[in-house]
Amino acid sequence: MLTELLDEATRQLTICNACRYCEGYCAVYPALEIRRELGRGDVVYLANLCHDCRACFYACMYTPPHEFAINIPLVLSSVREETYARYGWPQLMARLMSRGALGTVIASIVAALLAAAAITLFASGHRLFGVVAGPESFYKLVPYLVLVIGFLGLGAYALAAVVAGGVTFWRDTRGRVRDMLSWPALRAAGADSLRLRYLRGGGDGCYYPADSPSMARRSMHSLVFYGFLLDFAATISAAVAQDILGIPPPYPLLSVPVVLGIVGGVMMVVGTTALIRIKQTSDVRPSALMMITKDYGFLISLDLVAITGLLLLALRASPLLGTALAVHLGALVVFFLTIPYGKFVHFAYRYLALVQNRIESVRSE
Amino acid sequence: MTTTIPTESNAVPAMPSPWAVQSTAPSSALRALAEVDWDVVVIGSGNAALVAALTARRLAERVLVLERAPRHMRGGNTRHTRNIRCAHATADEFTPGTYSVDELFSDLQGVGRGPVNRELARFVVAESQTIPRWMADHGVRWQQPLAGTLNLNRTNRFFLGGGTALVNHYARTAELAGVRIVYEAAVSGLQLRDDRRCTAVVLDTVDGPIGIPTAAAVVASGGFEANHAWLRRYWGDAADNYLVRGTPYNDGSMLALMVNLGAAVAGEPRGFHAIAVDARAPRFDGGIATRLDSVPYSIVVNRGGDRFADEGSDIWPKRYASWGGLIAAQDGQIAYSIYDAQAAPLFMPSMYPAYTGTSVAEVARSVGLDADRVVRTVADFNAHVDPAGRFDPKRLDGCGTRGLNPPKSNWALPIQASPFHILPLRTGITFTFMGLSVNECAQVLGFDGRPFTNVYAAGEVMSGNILSSGYLAGFGLTIGSVFGRIAGREAAMHNAH
Repeated sequence: MLTELLDEATRQLTICNACRYCEGYCAVYPALEIRRELGRGDVVYLANLCHDCRACFYACMYTPPHEFAINIPLVLSSVREETYARYGWPQLMARLMSRGALGTVIASIVAALLAAAAITLFASGHRLFGVVAGPESFYKLVPYLVLVIGFLGLGAYALAAVVAGGVTFWRDTRGRVRDMLSWPALRAAGADSLRLRYLRGGGDGCYYPADSPSMARRSMHSLVFYGFLLDFAATISAAVAQDILGIPPPYPLLSVPVVLGIVGGVMMVVGTTALIRIKQTSDVRPSALMMITKDYGFLISLDLVAITGLLLLALRASPLLGTALAVHLGALVVFFLTIPYGKFVHFAYRYLALVQNRIESVRSE
Repeated sequence: MTTTIPTESNAVPAMPSPWAVQSTAPSSALRALAEVDWDVVVIGSGNAALVAALTARRLAERVLVLERAPRHMRGGNTRHTRNIRCAHATADEFTPGTYSVDELFSDLQGVGRGPVNRELARFVVAESQTIPRWMADHGVRWQQPLAGTLNLNRTNRFFLGGGTALVNHYARTAELAGVRIVYEAAVSGLQLRDDRRCTAVVLDTVDGPIGIPTAAAVVASGGFEANHAWLRRYWGDAADNYLVRGTPYNDGSMLALMVNLGAAVAGEPRGFHAIAVDARAPRFDGGIATRLDSVPYSIVVNRGGDRFADEGSDIWPKRYASWGGLIAAQDGQIAYSIYDAQAAPLFMPSMYPAYTGTSVAEVARSVGLDADRVVRTVADFNAHVDPAGRFDPKRLDGCGTRGLNPPKSNWALPIQASPFHILPLRTGITFTFMGLSVNECAQVLGFDGRPFTNVYAAGEVMSGNILSSGYLAGFGLTIGSVFGRIAGREAAMHNAH
């Protein structure tokens, strides 16, 4: 399967390399042009350098039904999809967790029910329904230590799995391990990522939903990305408030953690919902079905985390606190477990591809 | 055995009789078009056609574009283009260095026998200065010259994504402006009144002909290069071996139709732009990916295993198109580019793998050539390479052969490093020049020199007014853009005249 896919990608990229009309759109084509022979690692590298802006698909005179049958976004997203499964660590988890949209929803429900059951069974004197007031109300439902150990564990696991996948990816794409520490390349690739440089599609934006470019995908991706960072900052600031400053939760509406959380949460809900909408209406020809499934899985999971987080905040003084907490914890558990295997992990492989691209462009100058 | 090719002097411009092409769009949709009194109907949807439609729409309400091909094949040969040659008095980030009107004109004079109509050629060259700005205003973006095309970076501007992206930008801009574009609508006739005034454009459908009333028509329907039967009239059987680099829809039906209605022909029947492409390319629509850049770094032999031309001649800008014609004159219209491991990394990779062997004889045999003959040709060439030459692939290095006929004047390195490679070459025809005679207002002229009142022509279909033989890369789009603008403006203003 993978061999066939790589053969097909190589066939198409060989034609691209003889044409080169698309080299102004993104980093993929200039990177292709400095390779005369394409190995597996090269294809995997180029696939992860591709940001799926689709400018090349609509600019190509060789798309099907032309006999050359060029469809680079499709073949490269298929390779990317394989990448996530191939480099996911451990492999058993990679296979289990790459189940896409429906899987995410089902897993979230199951996890939420488990959390609810745990709260019902173990939360001393409290139940799933009923007002829980006063300081540290959450911890009356789920003990602080369970939360900390649980999510630190999940986070450490996700991080380890992503790092393991990243290292394998780096080796396979012929990056030298010591290059991973090239600060100028790391910094430049960081800027490329933070600015979403290659979601500009050559200047006018990505070609979604079809052959007319717009900045919508880039803007919405920015909302999700920076919303996620704000929520991460909210969590850190809450930890600082509690464990360093000694202020117990819940925090008032106008506190740093809550403001960051609300702003980030709203950005994520708006962004993920808009991205789901863009996907739903977009041209299916350049889309790999398996990758779309992963996209939906990731977007829905992130959307659920954000929505349930905001819900928990809204309901924290109501009798539904216990239920909201259970639902949010369920969404979070699924989210963490899918990080190394679902679409979320694209940030790691793409960042590494951007780093290698920066190293290469310095080298070839 | 050699194929006889008629020489230019005895080639007669024998035109085929016009034939009807049927529209494949639903006839109900086409019939609805007949309910509107159109101001301008543009025939074709390539660069010249869309420039004409965009220009016309600024001055007229109802502008219709009729494209014969289905939507995915719209844009004619513009789909395969990548740059445009325009004079510019100042340098910018996309075209470093200046390119004066005089220099462009002198380049044009240097190709083939120079422009057919010098006044029109001067006019196009002068107008070319205003084209890039116009293009940018209509949604086109520029990019740095593509890798492997550095010889063009001063004279030619590259548009982002190539010609298909250009067509997409123009078509989108036109539709947003209210231009109607209809695909699979093939024009089979023009209704004329008072001798040469067009009152309607006729579409032939399964339910019979449909007349679409219009105040003016622009013919921007391309050349006849995809019509092998027509090419055979001027090239003999050799034409059957020409590969058509662009759209299969350019069969010249509009040209034949217009000539039958009394239009005068401009340009030479054998005028065409043709280059060397990989012999394994498809018969139609192979485009840029099938062209080969190996010639200057190789020797080229014919079917008999002999060299026949100087592979190292200065090809930019004037002789860029020479190899299409040179191969056309060889037995079977096929040739073989032979090079070694040393030369392989010097040119852009081909989409088809080269035939490869550890000896010249082995690789020659694998493509069916007489191995002994090829080995002798290579040895002869190697023996005549000037040992004092200093090879430099980046410039005309003068590193040539001494006492060899034909010579190789630049980039001559002995072919000796294994593995050895062969790429088979054929003539790839880009477009034909012979077309409709026009005046400075883009009006189509009759055989008696009197113009059609309201029928205009732009693009490939009238490039024979300017190009005679040979070609300047990127100048076809210049002609199409300049005349597209004029044709669109004149057609839209026809009512006001």
